[in-house]
This record gives sequence, structure tokens and C-alpha cells, in this order.
Amino acid sequence: MVSENEIKKYVAEVLRDMAVSGVLPKAGREAAPAAAGGGDVLADILDEDLSERIDVPNPHNVEALRAIKKITPARIGVWRAGTRYLTDTLLRFRADHAVAMDAVFTEVPDDWMARHGLPKFRTRCESKDMFLTRPDLGRRFDPDEAAKIKALVGSQNRVVVFVADGLSTTAVTVNAMDTMRAMADGLKTAGIATSPPFFVQYGRVGSEDSVSEITGAEVVVCLIGERPGLVTSESMSAYLCYKAYLDIPEAKRTVVSNIHRGGTPAVEAGSYIADLVKMMLEKKASGLDLKL
Amino acid sequence: MILKTKLAGRVYAFKSLTDVLAKANDEKSGDVLLDRAASTVTERTAAKIVLSNITLGDIFENPVLPPEKDEVSRVLKDDLSLGIYSRVKGWTVGELRNWLLSHETSGNDILRVARGIEAEAAAAVAKIMTAMDLVAAASKISIPSTCATTIGLPGTLSYRNQPNHPSDDLEGIKASLCEGLSYGSGDAVLGVNPVEDTVDNTLAILNLLHDFMDKWGVPTQNCVLAHVTTQMKAVEKGARACCLFQSLAGTQQANDGFGVTAAILDEAYDCIHRLGQAPGPNLLYFETGQGSEQSIDADGGVDLMTLEARCYGLARRYKPFMLNNVSGFIGPETLYDGRQIIRASLEDHFMGKLLGIPMGMAPCYTNHTKINQDDQEMATLLTALAGANYYMGVPVGDDVMLAYQDTSYHDDATMREILGRTPAPEFFEWMKGLGLMDDKGRLTAKAGDASIFY
Repeated sequence: MVSENEIKKYVAEVLRDMAVSGVLPKAGREAAPAAAGGGDVLADILDEDLSERIDVPNPHNVEALRAIKKITPARIGVWRAGTRYLTDTLLRFRADHAVAMDAVFTEVPDDWMARHGLPKFRTRCESKDMFLTRPDLGRRFDPDEAAKIKALVGSQNRVVVFVADGLSTTAVTVNAMDTMRAMADGLKTAGIATSPPFFVQYGRVGSEDSVSEITGAEVVVCLIGERPGLVTSESMSAYLCYKAYLDIPEAKRTVVSNIHRGGTPAVEAGSYIADLVKMMLEKKASGLDLKL
Repeated sequence: MILKTKLAGRVYAFKSLTDVLAKANDEKSGDVLLDRAASTVTERTAAKIVLSNITLGDIFENPVLPPEKDEVSRVLKDDLSLGIYSRVKGWTVGELRNWLLSHETSGNDILRVARGIEAEAAAAVAKIMTAMDLVAAASKISIPSTCATTIGLPGTLSYRNQPNHPSDDLEGIKASLCEGLSYGSGDAVLGVNPVEDTVDNTLAILNLLHDFMDKWGVPTQNCVLAHVTTQMKAVEKGARACCLFQSLAGTQQANDGFGVTAAILDEAYDCIHRLGQAPGPNLLYFETGQGSEQSIDADGGVDLMTLEARCYGLARRYKPFMLNNVSGFIGPETLYDGRQIIRASLEDHFMGKLLGIPMGMAPCYTNHTKINQDDQEMATLLTALAGANYYMGVPVGDDVMLAYQDTSYHDDATMREILGRTPAPEFFEWMKGLGLMDDKGRLTAKAGDASIFY
């Protein structure tokens, strides 16, 4: 049996070839119905692989154009309406930007934390807006909140791990739990316990410095959403630091960035982070001081 | 120097010139963050009134950062023409504004005075001007510059082709480069931001760009925006470069953070003058942006717009080929939204031109700021009306290496057609020769196809 996806792919290829060879006006492709069954629904334009798409009507060298589309994620071979973008190019740009902005400006839902058993704490920022304009407050906690974190973590844990929203809600909801589980598993086999995980709302990377001071942890691990680009909004980073304190030099942090399905997958990142934590505990250092 | 005014029945007193400069600034989130901004609209207006009555001599005698403690201040002071300054030191900031806008004052008149105007004075006058004032005054001033070719001539509009790639893949860089050239983007410079700041990588990209220029006879210049010391080493190792790049800041402390000093810049100029591929005399390329000092806690207590003007003051010592502003690159903690970005772009373009800099603009935005494509396009159109020499060209505005949005190859072509401008003269002839542009500078049916270079 040929799967629905294979049919979709085949149809897309034929239509693309027809458009490239000038047989089919572009409107024909735009009107191609969504293969997903039931009702009149336009296909999700974010599903289209742009590297497969060439809009130049009669290119001088089609093969070369196909080849260069494969070696850069840049939006090339897009053609134009006069000097402006074709409507499809513009809509895709808008859609990518929309997803990126919503990843930044949307809150991580409370039921996500509830589902994963993550208590929620907040930095001194009172809103998303304050978070974006006051980096200083996104690194600190009010005394009440600090006391609650301390009560949760206790004093016997050498490794404290938490999730912060940072600049992408999507990145943490998609990746954080898988990474955290893989990391905890990796540490458990080495006999290293981690603190009960928690979630920090409006957290900057530097919130780990406060968490470290509050809990007296040896190693603190902060899983945080990266600033989204148009290519992906799902990229998460892990910032690890040995005995962090407020205003610690950035060079003392070890970072694992680009954690998402198109970069380092979440589970793989988790195991790698576990290895890094072990090394930090052993060498009593992080960042540039930790020679990898 | 009078630092107090009555307004609406109340007295507003300011602590210092630095305080007046900060409070007279239109609202910027960066000044608010550092608790430097006016707290009410009336206080802001009072500061503008006080500032309008301060003389250029007052500004000279009350440096925002003392020359003994700050290298940028020393460069600014040493580079000022005391002869010209002595003619204008009695002018108030308000009188300077009237003079700049007067029908009797030509762009060349302004340039004849420019070397007697301090950076802080340029910031001061910009702070009392409206958006249209900033466009009207700047549009008089024309500052061409020459590296291998000349840009910034009246009637022309140029672009940096910015074919960045997330892993510096040379074929990937070439792909975007060709796309951009097919739209006419690249007459200012072919300039790549490398991911990896190493000598060999910088050398490889520089030579890729220069080989392409040779093969296709592209009349332009090349540059790789690694750290200036890396570029120097690459050039000494045989890389073929036309100009050298460096980011600048408005305080010594911030420049230390960037790893740059006046001595290093002097050395860079000598290096490219001696070993570069272009005759010049303008051989350096700088980038600046409001908020860069603050982002690394090195603002010295001065507002971000005044620091930006100081960057231009520092730059002019090196007679740069180009300087572009990237206010908008840092994020909402310095410039919050579209309105602040548009205002900052107009201010920066004007301040740069007033100080004699061949200004380019990169109105841009990141995805964690309340700025959308419309805001960015408005900033672009307005600064083009004001007479910016050049902009960036990025495929569909999406920089896949730096993860921000800037002007696109399409925007580049659009602005030329809207404003009736053509590329730099030799590049224009090259475009016509390839059949990509007609006599009026409009794209032909052939344009927009990168594969013509394959």
C-alpha cells in the first residue's frame, strides 16, 4: 500500500516540476487541496519543505537552482511580484514570524506544569512585558519565593535542575521533560541524586545564579527557551554552572544549545548534560575552567 | 549653563548636562531600565527646553565622560577642529536646529561646520528635532565614499549583500550571494558575518568573495565581519580584502568589551591600506547601534542615544567607507517597539550625517520585540527619504545565521524603484551589461534568478 504521505509527496513533486517547467500557473499549486481528509481545510503552509520549492518561472539552470536550495536554509529562488515577494513567500514569512512571536509572548500553560508535577515559582518580573524589558529582575527572586524554592529543594542535593520559560514557551514545552528525564536517568546510574525539578516563570539564564545561591547547590542546570528565529521556535538551551553566584562571569557557564528535533534531540541532550554534570562535580569547575 | 526651567507652573531642575541629555531623549526602554529617562512627558519637554538653551560651548566644557578617563572622549576631543568650533561655540542647541533646517544652509555648509560639532552636540540637537526635522536636515547632506568603487553619490542607493550561512558553508554563501546579485544587491559591499571567528575561515570567505568578483567582474568590494584582529591576520596571511570591519561602542569600557582600542583601529587602517585590494581612501567599515554599551553594562551613566553619537565621533577619525547602524538588533530592553526603533533609526542617521559619516542603515528586528515587518519597512522608507547611502540585503529578510530580520534583496530593488535611484555607477553598468537592469534602474525579466551565475 502506498501511504497518504507518499501520495502527497508525489503529487507535490509533480506539481512542483510542472510549475518549474512553466506548465502550471502558480495559482494552480496554491489551489491544490489539502490531502488531509474531511471538510474544506487549507493545508498548513508550515508543513511545506522550502528546500524543495523553486518559484523562478524559467530559470537559466534549474538543476543548479535545485542544488543550491539544498545547501542553505536561506530563502532563495523565491522569485517576485514586480520587486516584492510572491504572496506565498510573504505568507510563509508571516507564518514563521507569527509562530516565533507567539513562542515568546505566550505563557507556559499551568496545566503543563501540573501534568509534569512541576511547582511554579516566579522571578521578580510581574509580567511578560516586564520580563522582556528588565533583564535584571529576571535573574532574581523575592524573599518569599526564594524561601519556597529552598523548602522544595532541601539542602542535601548537589545537583539542582529547573526549567525556565526564557524566550520560548514552545521550546520548553516540547523539549524540557524529555531532556530532564534522560539527564536524571544518566545521573541516577552514577548514584547522583537531583533535586525535585521545578518551573521558573519569567526566568533569564541568570536566574540559575539566584537558584544556586538560594539552594547552595554544587551544580545548577537551567533548561531555557532560546530566542526564536524564523527557522525554528523550538530551540532550547541548557546552562550549567558550578557553584554559581549572582553576576558570575558568563565564561563560567557551560552551555548546550540548539536542543530541538532539527538540532540535538532532547533525549540525546539529556544524556550529554548528565555526563557534563558528572564531570563538573568531579573537576569542581564549569565553563572555560572545565577543559573538555 | 542653566539647568532649570519653569514649565506649566512648576520648576524642573536637572543635575547635570548628562541628566538633561538623558531626560530630553524620546522614550527608549533602555533609558527607562537604567532609571535615566524623564518620568513624565512634561519633564521630558522641560529637558528639551533646557537643552535648546544650552550652547555648544557649554557642551564642550562639560564632557559626559571625562577625557582623562575615557579613550573615546579623548579621540573625540583630539579630532575636533577647534578653529571651526570657535565659530559655533556661542550657538545654542536651538539655534543650531534652526540653522540646519534653514533654506540658507546647504548640505555643504553643514559639512563645512561638521568637524567643529561635537558628538554630544549632534545628539543634543537631534533630541529636540521631530521625525520630519531629522529627515529634512539629513536629506541635504550627501557624503560619498570610495573604497574600490564609490557609493553615496546623489541619485544612487547601494546595498551590502549579506549572504550569511549557519555553518559558513562556502557554496551556501555563494548561493545567497548570487540570489542577491541577481536583484542588484551588493554594490556597497559583499559582506559575510562568519559563524566561526578564525583566521583560516575568514581567509576562505574573503577569497571566495574576491574570486567571485574577479570571475564575474563585479565592481564592488568584499569584507568578512570577523573581529578586526582576525581579519588583519587573515589579510597578512594572504586573504584578499577591500575593507576591514569592526563594531564600535561609545565608551572605552564597552570598546574593551569588544576588544577594540584606537590603537587597534589605527593598526587596522595601516594594514588594509598596505595589504588591501582597494585604493581607498576610505577603507574601514563600522557597525554601531543604540544600546550596545548598556547590553554589556558599560554605558558610563550616559543615555544610549548620546553614546551612539559618540560612536560616530570615534568613527570619523578613520574616514570610514561605510558605517551602518543596527539599532533594533539587541532587543526590547533597549528599544521596545516599532515606534522606538523608527525614531532611533532617524536619529542615528541624522547624527551620523551631521558628523560627516557616510551612513548606511539596517532597520532590523528580533523576534522577542514588539516590532513587525510594517514597522521595519517604515523605518527603511523614512531613512531612505532622509538619504541613507546604503542598506543590507538578506534573502527574504531572514538572516539564517544571526536569527533576526533585516532588509531584503526585494526591499533593495523596491526602494530604488520607488525613489528613482540607481546603483553605484560602475555596478549599474555591470547590471545593465548582464541584462538584469534597464536604463532607469528597474529590474528586467531576467532578474531574480540566481542560476544565471551557474
